[in-house]
Amino acid sequence: MTMADPVDGRFGDFGGMYVPETLVPACQELDAAFREAWADPSFRAELDELQANYTGRPSPLTECRNLSAELGCRVLLKREDLNHTGSHKINNVLGQALLARRMGKTRLVAETGAGQHGVATATAAALFGMECVVYMGAVDIERQKLNVFRMQLLGTEVRSAESGSKTLKDAVNEAMRYWVAAVENTHYCLGSVMGPHPYPWMVREFHRVIGEEASAQCAALLDGGTPDVVAACVGGGSNAIGIFSGFADTNAELVGVEPAGGAAVGRAVPGIVHGSQSYLMQDEWGQVLEAESISAGLDYPGIGPEHSHLAKIGRARYEPVTDDEVVAGFQLLARTEGIIPALESAHVIAWLTKAREELQGKTVLVNLSGRGDKDVAQMMDIIG
Amino acid sequence: MIGAFEAALRARRDAGGKCLVPYVTGGLGTDWVETLQAVAAAGADAIEIGVPFSDPVMDGPTIQAANDLALEQGATPVSILDAVRNADIGVPTAVMTYGNIAYRIGWERFAHSLADSGVSGCILPDIPLEEIGPWTEAADAAGIETILLAAPTGSDERLARVCERSHGFVYGVGLLGITGVRTELAESAMIIARRLKEITDKPVLVGVGIGTPEQAVEVSAVSDGVVVGSAVVQRMLDKAGPEGVAELVGTFRAALDAI
Ligand SMILES: Cc1ncc(COP(=O)(O)O)c(C=O)c1O
Repeated sequence: MTMADPVDGRFGDFGGMYVPETLVPACQELDAAFREAWADPSFRAELDELQANYTGRPSPLTECRNLSAELGCRVLLKREDLNHTGSHKINNVLGQALLARRMGKTRLVAETGAGQHGVATATAAALFGMECVVYMGAVDIERQKLNVFRMQLLGTEVRSAESGSKTLKDAVNEAMRYWVAAVENTHYCLGSVMGPHPYPWMVREFHRVIGEEASAQCAALLDGGTPDVVAACVGGGSNAIGIFSGFADTNAELVGVEPAGGAAVGRAVPGIVHGSQSYLMQDEWGQVLEAESISAGLDYPGIGPEHSHLAKIGRARYEPVTDDEVVAGFQLLARTEGIIPALESAHVIAWLTKAREELQGKTVLVNLSGRGDKDVAQMMDIIG
Repeated sequence: MIGAFEAALRARRDAGGKCLVPYVTGGLGTDWVETLQAVAAAGADAIEIGVPFSDPVMDGPTIQAANDLALEQGATPVSILDAVRNADIGVPTAVMTYGNIAYRIGWERFAHSLADSGVSGCILPDIPLEEIGPWTEAADAAGIETILLAAPTGSDERLARVCERSHGFVYGVGLLGITGVRTELAESAMIIARRLKEITDKPVLVGVGIGTPEQAVEVSAVSDGVVVGSAVVQRMLDKAGPEGVAELVGTFRAALDAI
């Protein structure tokens, strides 16, 4: 039930540690600290206790009877939307915050797109009494005002990333610049399975709990069987890798759903940015292109290196959906199941509709990575 | 192998002088090539030419702004290298860009295009020792000097490996942070200069946070000289023209010569 660990910081041809020299010792120190903590039962026990009593794990598996009837396939939802703070992001953040504290760091810095990772980081910082700075693109600050205020309520300083496209990629740049200057007492709490080694691996390990729970829940529901398809939306790819990791060694087909305007795997051109080598949207000269998506959390031109690897070896496939399809998916789940999904997660519902023909009669496990409260205002403007 | 870039710096040092390497953003405005020539004439021993990248994580607001402007004006690696190839600059040059620019073109093709354009060296600040192998293989084969950064956070053992692998000079990072002018010289600048000078015979220049002739003089008490980036680029952004930029570089030259 495991995915392969990176070798020399790489998943096949992808990954690595492409950071300024100043940060190399910090990444190496983090790698060593994570290895040591992850092998320490007391660290695991402390994290498990928090995941149970603070996050609310295990998250339920919900059978979607109405949606299944409408689509002609059996849809199961892994309910990461029910976690404290409203998304899967908290799984990773609690792990990293515990680790940062163990390493003697007193401050967290993070990037955020939709604000979910920022809110989760701000939450952990409040819980552990750490200082916290979150960078968010100016464009995203505008479209996710509620989450900005949430972070501020939690005692975090939200800083606007004003460079480049003013979205997630630029927030990552700013967070890395901040880290370069504050590396001695600050931990960079990266929000997805991207960045330099050990992040893609460490963040996956913290999210593996999604797949492990789902695997057991599916086995119970399906008489020991596994779903035919496991699907998740992909920004950097953390919720997807989390659920995939529970099914990597089964026959289940693994599907990542990308926004059409941010389909890094769809374009399949490798590049180097934000610490790792992976598929990357870029022009002919290697300038990174701006992703375009209705959802701030998927508005990212790259993808985590392990996803590039899974795509290259054919273990997972990656499918695009358009913003219009996402809006329809968002409404469909709300109407049929009484669940308002995050716009990110609505990408998967959109894909179910789009791939309806090939899914007939199949059992599909969907990672519902987050809830839609944060998106309601934006959707009010769009749907009217 | 001692390339043209390192030879120029060694010559200055062996003559008892301090090295001055300004950084000029390639493709910025219409007179950046004239700026290179004027900077050389004003006493630069060698010049770093920035090839803009969309996501420069080691750079502060000044160089970011110059980057963005040059990109808007249509600068590409090829347009910059073409212009350099056809210009007589008068001192050795090194390109400073980010890994993806070289990776996208291909390590070997990029190394050869530098050599074909008469560029001597290359700095890729987001490709550290651990990942530099594929590039240095291509660069060494093409005769390009790969200049590596040595940071205050590096252990003694790590700094030794950086010095070993670096060609052209060893680039001591003056502070924990990104490029940009600071009001005072960071203590870490003197410390990194001292640590590097103790372990290498290669020229040791300190850059990042060196914005005034006074700061250049201060750190050069230990280092073999300085790299001056944001202060120079700010002049370019202020549209000072080749003479205006050269005038600034001249003040650094004069201050270093007076040591
Ligand atoms: C609810 C939700 N799902 C998915 C994502 C995308 O991240 P990842 O691809 O790492 O799961 C985000 C990011 O903000 C999110 O908020």
